[in-house]
Amino acid sequence: MFIGYFTERPYQDPSSGYFGATGRDITDLGMSNASYDPRLGADLYNRYLDEKLYAEEMGFDGLMLNEHHSTPFCMGQVMNLEAAILARITQRAKIVLLGNILPIWDDPLWLAEDLATIDMISRGRLVTGWVRGTGRESVAHNAAAPYNWERFQEAHDFIIDAWTREGPFRWEGDHYHYRYVNPWSRPYQAPHPPIWIPGVMSRNTVKWAASHRYPYIMLATELGPTKDSYAYYDEVAGQEGYEAGTQHRGYLFKVHVDETEELAEAAGRKYVQGPSNPFLEGNQGVVRPFIQNLPGLTQRNNLLPTIKSFAAAASRGRAAQHLAADKAKGGKGEAPPPPRDTYVDQTEKYSIISGTPKTVIPRVRHVLETLRPGTIFFWDGDGAMSHDDTMRSLRLMGEEVIPAVREIGKELDLKGPFEVDPQTNEPVEESAAPEPESVQAVAD
Amino acid sequence: MSDAYQEREIQLATGKVHLLEGGAGDAIVFLHHSWGSPGWLPVHDSLAANHRVVVPDLPGWGGSERPAWAREPRDLAILSGRILDALDAESLTLVGAGFGGFVAAELATMRSLDALVLIGAAGIQPASGEILDQMLVSHRAYIEAGFRDRDAYAAWVGEEPADDVRQLWDFSREMTARVCWKPYMFNRRLAPLLGDVPTPTLAVWGSEDRVVPPECATLYGEALPDCSVEIIEGAGHLVEIEEAERVAALIAAHVRNSGLPGRNGG
Repeated sequence: MFIGYFTERPYQDPSSGYFGATGRDITDLGMSNASYDPRLGADLYNRYLDEKLYAEEMGFDGLMLNEHHSTPFCMGQVMNLEAAILARITQRAKIVLLGNILPIWDDPLWLAEDLATIDMISRGRLVTGWVRGTGRESVAHNAAAPYNWERFQEAHDFIIDAWTREGPFRWEGDHYHYRYVNPWSRPYQAPHPPIWIPGVMSRNTVKWAASHRYPYIMLATELGPTKDSYAYYDEVAGQEGYEAGTQHRGYLFKVHVDETEELAEAAGRKYVQGPSNPFLEGNQGVVRPFIQNLPGLTQRNNLLPTIKSFAAAASRGRAAQHLAADKAKGGKGEAPPPPRDTYVDQTEKYSIISGTPKTVIPRVRHVLETLRPGTIFFWDGDGAMSHDDTMRSLRLMGEEVIPAVREIGKELDLKGPFEVDPQTNEPVEESAAPEPESVQAVAD
Repeated sequence: MSDAYQEREIQLATGKVHLLEGGAGDAIVFLHHSWGSPGWLPVHDSLAANHRVVVPDLPGWGGSERPAWAREPRDLAILSGRILDALDAESLTLVGAGFGGFVAAELATMRSLDALVLIGAAGIQPASGEILDQMLVSHRAYIEAGFRDRDAYAAWVGEEPADDVRQLWDFSREMTARVCWKPYMFNRRLAPLLGDVPTPTLAVWGSEDRVVPPECATLYGEALPDCSVEIIEGAGHLVEIEEAERVAALIAAHVRNSGLPGRNGG
């Protein structure tokens, strides 16, 4: 089983008014960077890198990074840069990028070069994932949303070629055009770094991942829908003529470990405090649906009937009816639903697992038994959690949780993609592991 | 009003085009806004009293099949030219509103027309302001910005748009994004090409247009050799909806004047 560590690296600025319960509006793409403090940014980037180093020391197999743009909940705007630093300062852990947002790259050759460089510096420890990004990312880098899926697929195909085909060659596609592809950098791993695909519920993406035999990493989705998506992956795999196994399944979920149950609850509650990811339940941010669902991000291609009503609306009095209905709605003054404790809700359905090792391990076991993933990532140190919160958790994970979870993984026969090759379903030979000493040799 | 027009289809090699058609006489083709054709409008009805009025769904909008390959408004202009050809009209005035005006102006650079009317037309980058970006606001906020005020919006759309209207906006925005994502609603290659366009042109703008700044009317006036500008005080971007009778009268007069000998080279 492969056990990784993840945090979204929130921009934690208590003075910005965007962090904690200040009452200031936290709307997706509605916040100005006028208050951004680069000195605080410097502290946070270094803190998160330090925490990654400690996570490796504590025995995590992988350090996962992600990328978002124009938002305080994730400082990973240039994830590959963080990955490049980790490639040099870590020794053993895989650097797992989940993932690069392919459609927003106008020049995917540059991305292929970046990633090959990271793979070489890390001596073959890169795991590279691809995502389509949310509407926010398409807006931030102004990539036409209707072509998101086409660009995703073409950029993927192009990068694989750039990594594996002997150059120079020419690429004339629909969205990308190169007269000379011959990057003077090639991936350390042959034929190229492993590719894992993170996602939430998109059937398109699950199908695409399964048809490429890429492990599919479900990102903090609830257990039921996660199981359903795995089942769909298995179904597509069957159609493709192979049997999907635990090596094809990954799951990211929120796990925090602490010294006492009281500390665990105090820290666990911080998952939903501050500008945490606005996609997630219980956060303080407001998502704007028209940004998340930019036109064409999901394609519609129907023909519509002629509108009969719009031009006649005024004469038919529909407007007045609507106005009256609206006023009536407001007039009713329906009581708002009673406030819910989202932390407790999320704890009950395993969206957040926070406790001492004694209480966390059985809950992690429940997740593993339910989903049977060969790859997991513990998502910790997020929202309003402090460095101290994170370091306490990482230490206890290393001392107690990771060893226990490895045993559970063996007991449940949860093989990860570095034990069974997802491309072939054959056992991976030990000798394929990279030689971390050689990095040290260069450093010395 | 439903007797005033008929629905029909034109088959182009690039796909089926759906259109509404009513009245008889010199043809006036009306190209809709980016949010799609909301049907047979009072402005169409007024003009149909003395003209043959044709209101196509632009390819990719409404009931017209999507040209999946189209990438810019100029592609839509080329297709609009094919639609005009298929109408087999002797005299032809092209009217475009908003995005439809952008397409109409592009088409005017490619073929001869008897007259052109641009209503709150996109296509030229404003010198100072910006064209309102629909991609960063809700459908409702965008359409509301098209009207002079909230009451005008509510009177036409209702507080909550009907399901078919909401669906029209949603589908239309996708097609708009396919051809107009960037640059958004203008083409820097358009104004230079308008310089040799002899078509008599009328630019009609609401003085309170919050979508395409009224300064764009002036820019069209400067770019086109034969362009007059009419600003309707107090009206918004959707001036042809808010001031249907007045806009219809302006269009009819422009069609009449454009037909005068010597006005458009015969």
